Amino acid sequence: MKALVWHGKQDIRCDRVSDPEIEDPRDAIIRVTSCAICGSDLHLFHNFIPAMLPGDIMGHEAMGEVVEVGSAAKSKLRTGDRIVVPFTIICGECDQCKRGNFSVCERTNRRKDLAEKVFGHTTAGLFGYTHLTGGYPGGQAEYLRVPFADATHIKVPDNLTDEQVLFLSDIFPTGWQAAAQCDIEPTDTVAIWGCGPVGQMAIRSAILLGAKQVVAIDCVPERLSMAEAGGAIPINFEEESVVGRLNDLTGGKGPEKCIDAVGLEAHVTPSLPDTLLDRAKQAMLMENDRPHVLREMIYVCRPAGIISIPGVYSGLVDKIPMGMAMNKGLTFRMGQTHVNRWTDDLLRRIEEGQIDPSFVITHTVGLEEGPEMYKVFRDKQDSCVKVVLKP
Amino acid sequence: MNMLAKAADIARSPGDPKVQSTGPSSLGAADRMARGLGWFSIGLGAAELLAANRVARGLGLEGYEWLIRGYGLREVASGVACLSANPLPGVTSRVAGDGLDILTLLPALRHDNPKRGNAELALLAVAGVTLLDVLCQQGLTRRHARPSGPRRDYRDRSGFPKGLAAARGAVRQAGEARPALPGIA
Ligand SMILES: NC(=O)c1ccc[n+]([C@@H]2O[C@H](COP(=O)([O-])OP(=O)(O)OC[C@H]3O[C@@H](n4cnc5c(N)ncnc54)[C@H](O)[C@@H]3O)[C@@H](O)[C@H]2O)c1
Ligand SMILES: [Zn+2]
Ligand SMILES: [Zn+2]
Repeated sequence: MKALVWHGKQDIRCDRVSDPEIEDPRDAIIRVTSCAICGSDLHLFHNFIPAMLPGDIMGHEAMGEVVEVGSAAKSKLRTGDRIVVPFTIICGECDQCKRGNFSVCERTNRRKDLAEKVFGHTTAGLFGYTHLTGGYPGGQAEYLRVPFADATHIKVPDNLTDEQVLFLSDIFPTGWQAAAQCDIEPTDTVAIWGCGPVGQMAIRSAILLGAKQVVAIDCVPERLSMAEAGGAIPINFEEESVVGRLNDLTGGKGPEKCIDAVGLEAHVTPSLPDTLLDRAKQAMLMENDRPHVLREMIYVCRPAGIISIPGVYSGLVDKIPMGMAMNKGLTFRMGQTHVNRWTDDLLRRIEEGQIDPSFVITHTVGLEEGPEMYKVFRDKQDSCVKVVLKP
Repeated sequence: MNMLAKAADIARSPGDPKVQSTGPSSLGAADRMARGLGWFSIGLGAAELLAANRVARGLGLEGYEWLIRGYGLREVASGVACLSANPLPGVTSRVAGDGLDILTLLPALRHDNPKRGNAELALLAVAGVTLLDVLCQQGLTRRHARPSGPRRDYRDRSGFPKGLAAARGAVRQAGEARPALPGIA
């Protein structure tokens, strides 16, 4: 089959690979009908997430038709079922899964040994991600083996298109969890850094959850125009002061809730000198991440406010003003998304027409064009916001 | 690279797909060239740092060892930047460095320099590398810049089929509770 394969930094190729095979009774195999490229894939593309290996298949936002089911998954899945695959692999039985903390499932990471050394404890297995989370082959491919498939799936009805339900795999629940973590009150200003696909979903979620005002920060005009369409007040950080404007919008008190939908690759620009330092350190392997957004959020957030972090960080960050955060009494909430915790509810919202996540798609191409689309998405060329691949 | 993928297959399980043949890459010619220049820069910089005396003697630039070591440091820094996720600043710094190198070599062309031949060769080499650096810089810009032309406007993409006004606070208006937070409380 064809698949998008990681060969090294910025080197992704559309390769011919062997077909996946069922290896455990709980596995199933799907024929992928749609998959997408995520901002997290860009972190892997740039080799900022450690423990990728040449030959790893990319992709963690996929859906398709079940073509083969292992004996132990047959009670839950049948060939022909149409499913969306959550990016977090879950057993559905462990202590964490029972609490709905699916992204920290205790059983699905097949490289627990590595994870325990690096993170202290294991977290869930993830598709198309580092070997620290199991190194499971990803879904930017014609076929995908789904481990623990009896639990790791979202069944979707035939009357909804792939485009409407595909993002249940990741970015829609991720934006939703980011907003949910903010405990939104009707009086709240929610400031969201990053108007990529995750930021866009977080904006819509904060609107649905009833924030008084939602403010969206980025420097890419077309992404800001999409944020505005979703009900946010846009701030272009290259044209105005983020802190100044946020204080203006909140009577000088700062936003109650702040969401980081940027993660470890904050834009590097001379007007934000800390980003230059971070980039230099990153190049010399003295720091893993560029945490400008975290610093800015801690500074501008209203005392006793909440900082919600869906943006991915990979390792060590420098110069985080912990004293400021401590004295202001801020609450931090973060994590990989507990996808299945939210998807029944979010699927209902799509079915009822409350939201249609397909608004974010700007490019739809075949798998062969995948490598080039990584570049287009990364460089934000051609007004690209979200790429869907049709294997 | 395909060899590396094969070697890494030991980390995969029997049912995992394995690379059979490889297709076109996301790396463009300019990206590869930047990597080549990055390694070249690090190599040359290391030589200048470690063998500044010999370089100075060879070019008839005795007394300028400290400058050559400084340039070595500069080459290594440019090289590291060329190998990073965004090589354009690194390659640009190389172009500027090439200019400095040329200015530094010019005095060595004086007639009484017994090593004048070496200096001429060095200058020729720097001119060649400068050409490569400039080509690479242009290639990277062509490949990765965001053209300043018209952008698409997404002001019609609310994502709310019933409209933005109906979406504001829809969860609370439907009488639903706030989502229960994850955690172990
Ligand atoms: N927690 C999860 O489970 C989860 C799931 C999916 C994605 N993510 C992470 O969410 C983040 C965003 O993903 P995405 O797909 O939207 O990626 P993206 O790269 O498309 O979006 C990031 C956006 O941030 C903007 N940005 C950069 N620097 C900024 C700054 N200083 N201030 C404001 N905006 C800035 C960029 O211009 C870009 O539009 C990534 O880190 C990704 O890994 C996390
Ligand atoms: Zn993702
Ligand atoms: Zn579990």
